[in-house]
Amino acid sequence: MSILVNKDTKVIVQGFTGKEGTFHSQQCIDYGTKIVGGVTPGKGGQTHLDRPVFNTVKEAVDATGATVSLIFVPPAFTADAVMEAAEAGIDLAVIITEGAPVKDMMYAKMYATKNGMKTIGPNCPGIITAEECKIGIMPGFIFKKGPVGLISKSGTLTYEASNQVVKEGLGITTAVGIGGDPIIGLSYKQLLPMFEADPETEAIVMIGEIGGTLEIEAAEYIKENITKPVVAFIAGQTAPKGKRMGHAGAIISGGQGTAQEKMEALRAAGVHVVESPADIGKTVAKVLGK
Amino acid sequence: MNIHEYQAKEIFRQYGVPVPRGEVAFSGPEAKEIARKLGGNLWVVKAQIHAGGRGKAGGVKLARSPEEVEKIAEEMLGMTLVTHQTGPEGKKVEKVYVEEGADIQKEYYLGMVLDRSSEMPVMMASTEGGMEIEEVAAKNPEKIIKVAIDPTIGFQGFHGRKLAFGLGLAKEEIRPFIQFAEALYKVYMDKDANLIEINPLIKTGDGKFLALDAKMGFDDNAIFRHPDIHEMRDLSEEDPVEHEAEKYGLSYVNLDGNVGCMVNGAGLAMATMDIIKYEGGEPANFLDVGGGASAETVAKGFELILQDENVKSIFVNIFGGIVRCDRIANGILQATKEVEVNVPVIVRLDGTNAEEAAEILKNANIPNIIPATDLADGAKKAVAAAKGELR
Repeated sequence: MSILVNKDTKVIVQGFTGKEGTFHSQQCIDYGTKIVGGVTPGKGGQTHLDRPVFNTVKEAVDATGATVSLIFVPPAFTADAVMEAAEAGIDLAVIITEGAPVKDMMYAKMYATKNGMKTIGPNCPGIITAEECKIGIMPGFIFKKGPVGLISKSGTLTYEASNQVVKEGLGITTAVGIGGDPIIGLSYKQLLPMFEADPETEAIVMIGEIGGTLEIEAAEYIKENITKPVVAFIAGQTAPKGKRMGHAGAIISGGQGTAQEKMEALRAAGVHVVESPADIGKTVAKVLGK
Repeated sequence: MNIHEYQAKEIFRQYGVPVPRGEVAFSGPEAKEIARKLGGNLWVVKAQIHAGGRGKAGGVKLARSPEEVEKIAEEMLGMTLVTHQTGPEGKKVEKVYVEEGADIQKEYYLGMVLDRSSEMPVMMASTEGGMEIEEVAAKNPEKIIKVAIDPTIGFQGFHGRKLAFGLGLAKEEIRPFIQFAEALYKVYMDKDANLIEINPLIKTGDGKFLALDAKMGFDDNAIFRHPDIHEMRDLSEEDPVEHEAEKYGLSYVNLDGNVGCMVNGAGLAMATMDIIKYEGGEPANFLDVGGGASAETVAKGFELILQDENVKSIFVNIFGGIVRCDRIANGILQATKEVEVNVPVIVRLDGTNAEEAAEILKNANIPNIIPATDLADGAKKAVAAAKGELR
């Protein structure tokens, strides 16, 4: 078991024939993901990576039965691509693109929600169910199968955390990179209950960072609803106020969104909060008694 | 991206958000000329820097004659203003804004930001105008009235009424206030702003609302479709090293410590700063070299870090995913040939082909390149090296 995606999930790629789309689609195919086709407007009818190319998402869905779309479309056109996927009946859009305007994503997410489509990202590494299905840009080999669910705002920190978990002789059910932009799709609060319900997931790792209040909302949710052990790390304990730290959303504004307040809220909710990012794996092993 | 008050007020004018008349000046005589042109008998001279708290620091002064405007402008231009938002080094004043004096009857606060919980823009108003809004939020949160505005319906009368009644405005004041707020909403949405603050918003003796101050910030991701805003960027307001980094697609923020760090990915870069502190050191910077981490970006990274004379050691922390560690190791070796690196460099490479990478670094046998086995080991060594305790 896993959450959201597995070895049978049929995936199309929007921005399939571009440089990024081509490279990462091939990597996903090599991992075993069922990439069943792609969309590049104007290239419909062609074949790319031995898969059919369609002009529209609707055509791709009708022909392939895909339920997930992986989006590599450039920032200025990302919202359009997301809304097209929602309109075409896609269940989950995984948005890799970095640099999409916040206003565009605000409208795109509203439209997606209205059409019942979930989104992950933008500006994220994607989602991977270990040894089954990789829908994103993460290096697949780091994610060995095991009992730990992973939710993270940061890409490389996701790899770091998974690597530590694997080094402890454990592994990952599903890892979701939710992204660090001001507007993102699925967040801790939506993903936590999925891991809680997944029989194979025994513990959850949550990686957050400064800015916004998602981690605080997650803490409140965990306190009431999550029975599985949760290990958390919040990046940016040493970040100065008012400075954007790489991610558009990673900024402490007006004294809000500090790592300290998030760590306290999580601790109060019974979460195992680690201060050093090197202690994630060890702590997971400890809470699982392994 | 942020802009100056005079630029924000120019945008306000285009959208019909009422502001006092005024113009920007770069010299004393120019300021005097502007005061003459504006007429009247009271003017305000305001230092133009990207930071709040100017009034308390002596960056906002009243003048009662064009000659006094000139004198004040000359004193202000070239001075370094230190406010609670500039940091101790302060900011040099290179232009002043000369504005007609206003008849202030009451001061309010009006602002807009993106509310990340409701995922909508939110407009905030308070009767505590002129105060630090963060302070009001901490001490008297009930004095801030907020309305989230669903952008699919836009600004409606009820949004405005909620704010107006919340502020306790008189009946005849409600209409002009709502018009003001609606125009402000349009500015925020049209220009892809991520912050607007008017502090204070004033009510004049004749019942008008005017933006006495104006602060605007924009979504960097949307600047591509606003060439007019892009042109307003003032590089003298930005850290030159941060700007240099940006040109190479790197993200750099200078800090006070002495352990330099170079990392791929923003989250891991922050985590690296955290672990340096956790191990008893102080990070000198945030630096995200991006996913690629090529020889070129690593060389540029070394250059940026070494511009800071406080740096006593450098921690290179790269998690190689799609890009293999052996290639990154070669990149680091090549970079050290291009840039003279005279402090210990602790290198932690993990991920794809990490063992080959360790071998490459070992065989290169460069005395100040010290390999680390994992995140904690790297941080410990980097901190020890900065203290001169690493043998």
